[in-house]
Amino acid sequence: MSLLDDFLVRAALAGIGVVLAAAPLGCFVVWRRMAYFGDATAHAAILGVALALAFQVSVFSGVLVVSLLMAVTVSGLTNRGYAMDTLLGVLAHSALAFGLVAVSFLQGVRVDLMAYLFGDILAVGRLDLAVIWGGAVLVLGLFWWRWSALLTATLNPDLAYAAGIDPRREQLALTLALALVVAVAIKVVGALLIAAMLIIPAATARPFAATPERMAFAAAAIGALSVLGGLQASLFWDTPTGPSIVCVAALLFALSSGAQVVVHRLRG
Amino acid sequence: MSLVKISGLTVRLGGAVVLRDVDFSIDAGEIVTVVGPNGSGKSTLLRVIIGALRPEAGKVARAGGLRIGYVPQTLHIDPTLPMTVRRFLDLPGRVPDTAAAAALEEAGAGALAGRQMTRLSGGQFQRVLLARALLSRPDLLILDEATQGLDQPGSAAFYRKIAEVRDKLGCAVLMVSHELHVVMAASDRVICLNGHVCCEGEPEHVASAPEYRALFGTGTQGALALYRHEHTHRHDTEAAE
Repeated sequence: MSLLDDFLVRAALAGIGVVLAAAPLGCFVVWRRMAYFGDATAHAAILGVALALAFQVSVFSGVLVVSLLMAVTVSGLTNRGYAMDTLLGVLAHSALAFGLVAVSFLQGVRVDLMAYLFGDILAVGRLDLAVIWGGAVLVLGLFWWRWSALLTATLNPDLAYAAGIDPRREQLALTLALALVVAVAIKVVGALLIAAMLIIPAATARPFAATPERMAFAAAAIGALSVLGGLQASLFWDTPTGPSIVCVAALLFALSSGAQVVVHRLRG
Repeated sequence: MSLVKISGLTVRLGGAVVLRDVDFSIDAGEIVTVVGPNGSGKSTLLRVIIGALRPEAGKVARAGGLRIGYVPQTLHIDPTLPMTVRRFLDLPGRVPDTAAAAALEEAGAGALAGRQMTRLSGGQFQRVLLARALLSRPDLLILDEATQGLDQPGSAAFYRKIAEVRDKLGCAVLMVSHELHVVMAASDRVICLNGHVCCEGEPEHVASAPEYRALFGTGTQGALALYRHEHTHRHDTEAAE
């Protein structure tokens, strides 16, 4: 276990655990155009942090509960035909604002807000690692179990109904997965950048994938590459690690989009 | 025995009553077409049958273990979702390669397996949707305006394909269409819907019913006869081959 004594090894493992869980979920977020939905859920996490500290429970469970509540609320409103982009814009930012205000009420507790907004991957301990990988395995298990049903419901709800699949249940499964990923990712990239780790690897993988499965696997690989590259870069230039990981992912996205344009040109 | 039997169905969508006191049933092997003007509740009826909508009142009884093959009106696949034709056929459950190839062949989409769904033409797309619906070995094939976006020869060919498939698989077919003359001629029974069942029966009976004429005028009768003629003609050529 001496390997885990190295904070860099722990950081790399934590990051990889998060991107493995984020990859399939991120694909669904992209396919279903739920980017804002991911944002709202992630931003609500700060409120979860404040409540967890106030009631002296673990940050993981506080974030999980509040994210889940937010995700279920948004998911419920989706089915009632509200103007979603406006509503999500309201919910995402007010959740963040209420969270920040709630944190300021905490007395006697010194809260390093930056760590929750942008992550603190270098401070990941063994317990954090266990929580992250436990959550990641749960999320991956959920996707393994419901993959076909989720895909069918994503393509077309009526197609799902006709095959005996309830698309509302699949939506709930995604909602649950989203809350779990937010809860395990907050330590690694922070509430503000979780949505980036969902969307950027999936969007980067799109041009190279012919099937949904390949897109999810490619997203996982691209995410892992971003984590390792971001860690290296942050050591080398002494930059904040979470944002560095997102920067590497963004660069990979730019490369992938550029490559796609070149390929299209060459094919005429 | 009826595959689906509906009695006293009332459906409300967003406050408005879309279907009122509708009775409906379809038997094994039957081809039933639902016609009606826009907003008459045709698609709503289909969505109740597949279980996507809850009725406000009435009873919906499906035969035990009923397998439904559903071809939706439109299927928008987001361009961010990569999906080959072959992979699409594996939804919702994986199927062996041989079965997938046979279903594509049956639906007249033989050479498309490796193509991306978003790159298909309208006609190819509908055939792939049909192939996927056939893979579940359905007892009941449901088509909602399945020929939208096809030109007239294209949709006539599509409906011939449906009739062929029915003869081969023995499944019942329930269709909704606005192309009255084409679909009505191929049907065993036509239901004319306008929020409630206006009239129903054999195509000729419905086409001459006053309720139907009030909705669609008399213009379709000639076209119906014309199609009948083509229909016979096709069988003659086939027999000659």
